[in-house]
Amino acid sequence: MSRRLASGGRLIDRARPLKFTFNDQHMSGFAGDTLASAMLGRGQVLAGRSFKYHRPRGVVASGAEEPNALVGLGKGERFEPNQRTTTTELFDGLSATSQNHWPSLEFDLLAANNLVPQFLTAGFYYKTFLRPRAFWKHVYEPIIRRSAGLGRAPDAESRDPDRYELVYGFADVLVIGGGVAGLQAALAAGRAGARVMLWEQTAHWGGRAPVDGVEIDGQPADSWIKSAVEALEGMENVSLRLRCMGAGVHDHGYVLGNERVADHLPGASGPRQRLWRVRADRVITATGAIERPLSFAGNDLPGVMLASAVRDYVVNWAVSPGRTVVVTNNDDAYRTAIALKEAGEDVPVIADARDEATGALPQKARDLGIRIMTGTGVQKVKGGKTVTGVALCRIDSDGSTHTEVLDCDAVAMSGGWSPVVHLWSHCGGKLIWDDAQAFFRPDPDRPPLGHDGAGFVACAGAASGALGAGDGLADAHAAGAAAARDTGATGDAGHPARAEAPEEAPLRQVWIMPARAGYALRMKMWLDFQNDVKVSDVQLAAREGYHSVEHTKRYTTLGMATDQGKLSNINGLAVLSDALDQPIPATGTTTFRPPYTPITLGAISGEAKGDLFQPLRRTPMHDWHAANGVHWEPVGQWRRPFAYLRAGEDVHQSVNREVLNARSNIGLLDASTLGKILVSGPDAGRFLDMLYTNMMSTLRPGKCRYGLMCNENGFLMDDGVVARLDEQSFLVHTTSGGADHIHGWMEDWLQCEWWDWKVHTVNLTEQFAQIAVVGPKARALLERLGGMDLSREALPFMGWAEGTLGGVRARVFRISFSGELSFEVAVPAAQGRAFWDMLLHQGRDLGVMPYGTEALHILRAEKGFIMIGDETDGTVIPQDLNLNWAISKKKDDFLGKRGMERVAMTDPDRWKLVGLETLDGSVLPHGALAVVEGVNANGQAQTEGRVTSSYYSATLGRGIAMALVRRGPDRMGEVLRFAGAHDARIEARIVDPVLHDKDGEKLHG
Amino acid sequence: MKRYSAFAIFREALRQHQGWTEAWPSPEPRDRYDVVIVGAGGHGLATAYYLGKNHGITNVAVIDKGWLGGGNTGRNTTIIRSNYLQDPSAAIYEKSRSLYETLSQDLNYNIMFSPRGVMMLAQTEHEKRGYLRTERANALQGVDTRFIGPAEVKKLVPIINLDGPRYPVLGALWQARAGTARHDAVAWGYARACSAMGMHVIEQCAVTGVESAGGQVTAVNTTRGTIGCGKLGIVVAGHSGKLADMAGFRLPVESVALQALVSEPIKPCIDVVVMANTVHGYMSQSDKGEMVIGGGADGYNNYTQRGSWHHIEETVRALCETFPMISRLKMLRQWGGIVDMTGDRSPIISKTPLEGCFINCGWGTGGFKAIPGSGWAMAELMAKGNAPLADAFSMYRFREGRFIDESVAAGVAH
Repeated sequence: MSRRLASGGRLIDRARPLKFTFNDQHMSGFAGDTLASAMLGRGQVLAGRSFKYHRPRGVVASGAEEPNALVGLGKGERFEPNQRTTTTELFDGLSATSQNHWPSLEFDLLAANNLVPQFLTAGFYYKTFLRPRAFWKHVYEPIIRRSAGLGRAPDAESRDPDRYELVYGFADVLVIGGGVAGLQAALAAGRAGARVMLWEQTAHWGGRAPVDGVEIDGQPADSWIKSAVEALEGMENVSLRLRCMGAGVHDHGYVLGNERVADHLPGASGPRQRLWRVRADRVITATGAIERPLSFAGNDLPGVMLASAVRDYVVNWAVSPGRTVVVTNNDDAYRTAIALKEAGEDVPVIADARDEATGALPQKARDLGIRIMTGTGVQKVKGGKTVTGVALCRIDSDGSTHTEVLDCDAVAMSGGWSPVVHLWSHCGGKLIWDDAQAFFRPDPDRPPLGHDGAGFVACAGAASGALGAGDGLADAHAAGAAAARDTGATGDAGHPARAEAPEEAPLRQVWIMPARAGYALRMKMWLDFQNDVKVSDVQLAAREGYHSVEHTKRYTTLGMATDQGKLSNINGLAVLSDALDQPIPATGTTTFRPPYTPITLGAISGEAKGDLFQPLRRTPMHDWHAANGVHWEPVGQWRRPFAYLRAGEDVHQSVNREVLNARSNIGLLDASTLGKILVSGPDAGRFLDMLYTNMMSTLRPGKCRYGLMCNENGFLMDDGVVARLDEQSFLVHTTSGGADHIHGWMEDWLQCEWWDWKVHTVNLTEQFAQIAVVGPKARALLERLGGMDLSREALPFMGWAEGTLGGVRARVFRISFSGELSFEVAVPAAQGRAFWDMLLHQGRDLGVMPYGTEALHILRAEKGFIMIGDETDGTVIPQDLNLNWAISKKKDDFLGKRGMERVAMTDPDRWKLVGLETLDGSVLPHGALAVVEGVNANGQAQTEGRVTSSYYSATLGRGIAMALVRRGPDRMGEVLRFAGAHDARIEARIVDPVLHDKDGEKLHG
Repeated sequence: MKRYSAFAIFREALRQHQGWTEAWPSPEPRDRYDVVIVGAGGHGLATAYYLGKNHGITNVAVIDKGWLGGGNTGRNTTIIRSNYLQDPSAAIYEKSRSLYETLSQDLNYNIMFSPRGVMMLAQTEHEKRGYLRTERANALQGVDTRFIGPAEVKKLVPIINLDGPRYPVLGALWQARAGTARHDAVAWGYARACSAMGMHVIEQCAVTGVESAGGQVTAVNTTRGTIGCGKLGIVVAGHSGKLADMAGFRLPVESVALQALVSEPIKPCIDVVVMANTVHGYMSQSDKGEMVIGGGADGYNNYTQRGSWHHIEETVRALCETFPMISRLKMLRQWGGIVDMTGDRSPIISKTPLEGCFINCGWGTGGFKAIPGSGWAMAELMAKGNAPLADAFSMYRFREGRFIDESVAAGVAH
């Protein structure tokens, strides 16, 4: 029975008891506890259920590698599933619930799976559930989904109330891992003068050394660690950060760190977590090593733990699992037996797979009176929901008979150690197999390469394969000094600390126990505790041809659980190698992918949520719109008025009112979102001639010209009016949605292709408020403001002028996108709102009235003007829109020229722009297709045109539409049949798209 | 081939599962095959399968430089849909979707096709008009889609936030018969069925050269020797340019990294696939319980199967905004694949300048859904010299300007 020891515990503060609940049961622990140590201290061994068989699960590890002890943490909107108890720091009021069972943790009906394990082998689901076909969707899959999954989903409407922070950092040397190796590497790099960052994922510096009783520089590890941290804190060029997990190493030294700022301080102000994005010149991973389990029958029962974890619980938290049998293939696990014994606990036997155990640590264990059985392994573990005993057998036997059965509460197992090579591998660092130590370690000759072709990651200490503290410190010092030197630091890195630790004898490679175990035992040997993958499953995968380690992983789900195989991968691939009769390095590993341990999606998002999700771009008139019945439409990051609703109106009525008013009085459009890019320089004209299909260099100052921009393939991508400001400057107007893209497009060409052209571009979109003053009384209104001559003679159509209107500096463009007499007035953004108000006030008796984007659309459609994004969709060339007049025949070249000469572009059968008039006056559905008899080779209905814009025209009192129709302009008057809903056909006649003011009298008025 | 069934499992359980044989054996390559397919991903294996099944051509080898299904087949987000706008796309993707419906039974391998429904959210007026247009096109193409309103969206996806402060959900294009499948199983199931027809599936066999005589392909050089062939099919996705180079022609294809990620598994909370294109993210829940999340492709070319971190941030941000309850879930794993992008973002299924050599590539970010249809069309093209489903996807369309462009949102409204 696990329990809290009466004394000891280097990390707990017995003076500060903390209360918490597990499955609504009240429990208590101490400050410094993890949830795992607190639960074990209370005798709560059973923590959850496994993924597939719903087997009982207890804590097996003491850190980030824990696959079993996952709980739901918190309540309500702060509920979080799948939290490892081993890395959850205890706080007062913590509430945890166990997962993946029904109805309860102790009694789980879904554990019935466990009664028929011989049927639920690896990949059994690929071989069955095939018939009847409909059952997969309606029966099998729902059942599988319900029994799979782990933690409960947060409530559908829950909104995470916590804040997350994204930060950038820069370092010459980033050291990940704050054990003694990490501290040593940071000391070396820091003393040499490099800018150093040091991260440790737990709440404590020093890692395993204090637990293992290492002496450094003649003092206990704890005191060396304390002075090392003090020394580092005293260096201005070093920053240290606890609770910060190195999550991923990306190309070019871009490293992610997940800092748990307030997970252990609920209710604290500030962010809950912080995601560090650090650009580091050199990265040192001092991430230690993880102990491997041993594969013996019943190794998944709660109470079977890693030997190092047992030691951690005893030494750090004064928690003992009770009477413990130690099973090992190496010397290190003897430390666990010794720690237990020194804490007064009963260790009935150490079963050592090796033929002899003669080193200093076994000798010390013997001296303490612990019985050691060599050449011995576990036949099977006894127990139901927890360990009650263990049967031992000869290691080389088939396990059919046991040599001895012992009662115990726990089994501490050690199959050797594996360096944590994840961060090394994320960006392409390669591994080599070290057969003597039986692990993959980083190959220093094949590191991840940075921008300069040099390796930018190095490993230090156990992470590089130097398991012993002595070797590890020397290795870490060298790594720290070398990294600092690489970054140009020239200071003296000092000397490495010296560690004293007993010499250890080599381990024996033991991948299953006993070596010749039969099927019945092998199907009880767990490799992946969470996903329930057993030795027999990997062997079945090998038999069925899933020979690649990636196939075996995917077929059996080995290593795909929330721990990503930190405990299971090496054992699994050793078993696979054995089944394939090939050496382990020939099998290789699966790919290590970020993050090292899972990171919260909220932390990845950072502050960018809700109103801050994306910047909201507001025109200077935004607040006026909001206060005047606006119905918003998101356009990119802008919000534009779709229409302004008045009391009693629906949207359609508002739109119709706005259209009619613009045609008969004055409409005002907030056109500030329109892209405004200043293009200037001696080559500006030449540049625009390349960008636009028509000629811009010949435009005279004071004049405007409408132009088209195509991509290289000749497809129309943007349009707008260009105004020449002076000899070397043009103001390019783009569509609202296209402004940023077109500016980027310009810079792309200028920086990559025409880098020697003297052209400068600036996006001025937000510098000006732009208001379209539209309608027969537009001039009258502007003249009332006074200050500029806006007569037809002084400012003809397609001219522009600069001056002062109503006391506000303004540029007035005589252009029209509505077919009406129209002026677009640009004023400094800061005066936009005042100018807008002035127009509304001065024009009250003239019937001035703002209109929104929908009225804008209708006004231009009545006039037959195209709209980028409606008449174009990336497949339309200017010729399709009868815009041949805007394609220069004089220019040698422009973007898209060659593209639009290709054979399919000049095909007379292309669909071209026409107007449509329904025979019954109705409004055609948007996107409706014109159908002809018959089907194509693939059985699809044949079509010959489609509606690109369709509106109700209040001006004309009926539906109007524009369409692209095969040879459309040649077929005026012809009636087409458009597909409506439910096989209905709508008849429409091909007409001229210009339905309003065909002669342009109003426009030029 | 040993047939899979519940009964077979029961029988094997009684003898410790000793009777199962390799799903696909690993034979030594022969000197020559009628057809060699390079690339044992979904598309290559499906091509071989339909060569045998539809055209009786079974003297076929499918060779791969790595492990089968290890490219984009094994690293995508498993979405299957056919709600495409352009006729040629709708034809091949719908063929594919309909083949997926019965693929488990055809292959006697449960590929777990889950017709759970796919919805594409409309979050701007412009996007809504685009989907209405697609709905109308689909109706004439025989693709069953429907534009649904916000209330129906919420009913199908209770965890969605309809009224996000930035991009309200205005509706969605809903394809009820679309869904997901188990990606690896598609490759494994095809490989097993190909092997059962006597074809050779050969892994760890990298192509190093292509031999020809008189403009006609004759053999491929590989790391396991030269293999003669009557016809050659190149189906290698991200590395198409390299193979084309060996075969002596160039392709209008660029390779970029595309990333995906999964969360830790949780109990079922979203039953359909949701794609939110305005904010760039899509999400579904795997049968294991993980949220399967995908987003945008890198803006530059490369062959590393990793990708830029900022895409992950953008995607996760978009989805936390769309499904706020996922904020406290955790990202378990992120990865990248190399996607082959053509100029019009549509695939190439085509003859090539080298007689007898055919190419199938350019599936870009959406190839998994096309696997059966792509294999069907490619097999017909290789067997007969033409195939209606493949016609429009010839590589020569770029020279002629016959693009099949699905990106209807080339510009947005004024």
